Amino acid sequence: MEGLRFFFYHIRKNPLSVVGLTLIIIFAIIAIFAPLIAPTPEGQFDPYKIPRDGYSQPPKPPSAEHIFGTTEGQYDIFYGVIWGTRTAFKIGIVVMGAVLVIGIALGSIAGYFGGIVDEVIMRITDIFLAFPPLILAMAVTIALGPGITSVMLAIIVVSWPSYARVIRGDILSIREEDYIEASRSVGSSHLRVILRHVLPNSIYPVFIMASLDIGAVVLTAAALSFLGLGLPTGYADWGQMINFARNWIVGTQNNTFAYWHAVMIPGLFIFFFVMGWNLLGDSLRDILDPRLARR
Amino acid sequence: MDFRSYLIRRLILVIPVLFGVSILIFVLMQQFPPYQRAMLYVTDPRQMANIEDIIALYNLDAPIWEQYIIWLGQVFQGNLGWSQVVGMSVTDAILNFLPATLELAIFATPLIIFGGIWLGTKAAAHKDRFIDQATRAGAIMGWSLPTFWLGLILLMVFYGYFGGLLPPERLSTEMNILVHSASFNRYTGLNFLDGILNWEWRVTWDSLRHLVLPVITLSVVNIAFIMRLMRSSMLESLGKGYILTARAKGLSEKVVINKHARRNAMIPVLTVSGYLFAAIVNGVVITESIFNYKGLGWWAWQTATALDISSILGFALFSGVLFVLTNLVVDLLYARFDPRVRLGGSV
Repeated sequence: MEGLRFFFYHIRKNPLSVVGLTLIIIFAIIAIFAPLIAPTPEGQFDPYKIPRDGYSQPPKPPSAEHIFGTTEGQYDIFYGVIWGTRTAFKIGIVVMGAVLVIGIALGSIAGYFGGIVDEVIMRITDIFLAFPPLILAMAVTIALGPGITSVMLAIIVVSWPSYARVIRGDILSIREEDYIEASRSVGSSHLRVILRHVLPNSIYPVFIMASLDIGAVVLTAAALSFLGLGLPTGYADWGQMINFARNWIVGTQNNTFAYWHAVMIPGLFIFFFVMGWNLLGDSLRDILDPRLARR
Repeated sequence: MDFRSYLIRRLILVIPVLFGVSILIFVLMQQFPPYQRAMLYVTDPRQMANIEDIIALYNLDAPIWEQYIIWLGQVFQGNLGWSQVVGMSVTDAILNFLPATLELAIFATPLIIFGGIWLGTKAAAHKDRFIDQATRAGAIMGWSLPTFWLGLILLMVFYGYFGGLLPPERLSTEMNILVHSASFNRYTGLNFLDGILNWEWRVTWDSLRHLVLPVITLSVVNIAFIMRLMRSSMLESLGKGYILTARAKGLSEKVVINKHARRNAMIPVLTVSGYLFAAIVNGVVITESIFNYKGLGWWAWQTATALDISSILGFALFSGVLFVLTNLVVDLLYARFDPRVRLGGSV
C-alpha cells in the first residue's frame, strides 16, 4: 500500500508520466466498454471477428454507417480498432503474466541455489537468447499453427529468458544479505526464505518494470500479425488491420491519399498504446531504480 | 585470468549454446508431420515426387534422438533442405538473398550508430534545454513507432504523393534488366557497388534511390534506442572528476565533450552491439516485407506465410548461429580493448 502511494506521488510529479497513464486509462476504458462502443452485430457468435459489409476489395472512406470507413475486404475499421484494444490488452497481460511467473520461478531457483542448477538454467536462457526475437517468434508461431494462443506462446518463449536473468541477478545480490542467513539459521525452509525474504526484496521493481513492457509485447504481436502470421484473417487486431491496408497506400489516380484512413487509424491506435506504456515506463524506471536515476 | 584463457573459456562455452540452438530448431521441426519435415532433407526438386522415399531414407519415423543425429549430420554438410517458395536449396537461397540485406545493413548500421551517438551527445551536452527536450520527445516517439506503420506512411508520401520519387523494391525494371544482362558483372551482389565497378552510374543511382526509405525505416527505432543510451551514459561521464579537471585547466567545452566525455561514454554503446545486431535482423524482416525488397528478410517472410518450413527453420538456425558468433566477437573485442573488464568469474 505504501509502495502504491509512493508510485502515484511520483507519477503526479512528472507531466510525461501523467500523459502516459492517461493514455493507458483511456485504452482500458475502450477495452472494458468495447461491447457498448462497438456492439457485435445480431447473430454473430464470435465478438472478435470484424463484421464485413460486402466483399469488394478497395477500402471505403468514412461514412455515417462506418465512421472510420472500411478497409480491404470491407472490414469495419471502427469495430476492428475498438475490439483490437481488447486483443492488445489480452495479449499484453497474458504474455507478461506468464513471462513473470516463469521468469520468477526459474530466476529465483537459479539465483538462490546457485551451482549446477544455476549453470543449467542460465545455459538454457542463453539458447533462447541466441536468436533474434522476432525470427524465433515467427518460427514458433508457425510450428504451433494459427491462433491467438500460438502468438502469445511465441512471445512468451522469446521473452522469459531476459526476465529470468534479471531476477537471478537481483537474487544473487540479496542472497548474501545478513537477514537471509539469520532466517536460515532459525530453521526456515528454502521455500519460506525465497517467498518471504528474497522475493519481496528483489522482484517488486522487476514486477512493475515488466508490466510496463506490455507495450513492447503488443508491438511484437502486431508485427507478427502484420506479417500475416498467427491470428486468423478477420480477427480484430491492429497489426492485421495495417496488413489489410498495405496494398492501398498509393491511393487512386486523382487522390493519392484516398485510402489514408485504412493505414492511419489502426496505426495511431498502436502508436498511442505503445507510447502510453513507454512514457509511464520511462519515468518509473528512474524512480524505481536509483542506480539509473542520473542527475 | 589472462586474455588467452578467457578466449578459450569463451570458445568452449559457445559449443553447448550452438548445440542448444540446433536442438531448439529440431524441437520446432517435430511439430510438423513427416511429409512436411521431408522438405528439410530435399536437395533437388525432382525428389519431391517421392516424399515416401525421403521419409524412409532419413528415418523420419525413427526415434527422435536418431532423427536428430541424422538431421545434424545433414546440417553440417550444409544441407538445410529445399526452399519451395524460391525454387532453390535453402543454403543457396541464403547466399542469394544475403547481398541485398547486406546492402541495407551497410547503410543503416553507421546511420544508427553515429546518428544515435551524435544525438545523444547533443542532448546530454544541452541537458534540459530545448534541444534535449526535443530529442528526448523524438526518441520516445521513435521508440513507440511500429516500424511497419512508419514504412507504409513513408511509402504513402514519397512514393504515392511525390509520384514515385522514392520507390519500393531494389531496382527499377529497366535497371534490373541491365544488372542481369551478360555485359554486367555482378562482383559483389551489392547493386550500388557493382554499379561503380561496372562504371554504370545509373545502376548505383537507381539502387541508392531505392535504398533511402528502407534504410530510414530500419534506422529510426534503433537511433532512438542508441540515443537514449548515449544520453544517459554521457550524463554519467560528464559528472566525473576528470571532466571537472579538464574544465578547470581551461579546455574548451567542445574538447571536453568530444574528447574527454564522449570517448568514455561510448562504451555502453559497444556493449549493446550484440543487441543491435538482433534488432537489425528483426527490422530487416519487417522492412523488406513492406518495401518488397528482395533480401533475406523478404524471403523469410514469404516462406513463413507459405509454411515453407525448411526455409524459415533454416533461416532461424542461420540467424541464431550468426548472432551467437557476433556476441562472441563483441565479448572478445571488449575484453581485449577495455582494460577495466575483469576477466574472472562467470560469463
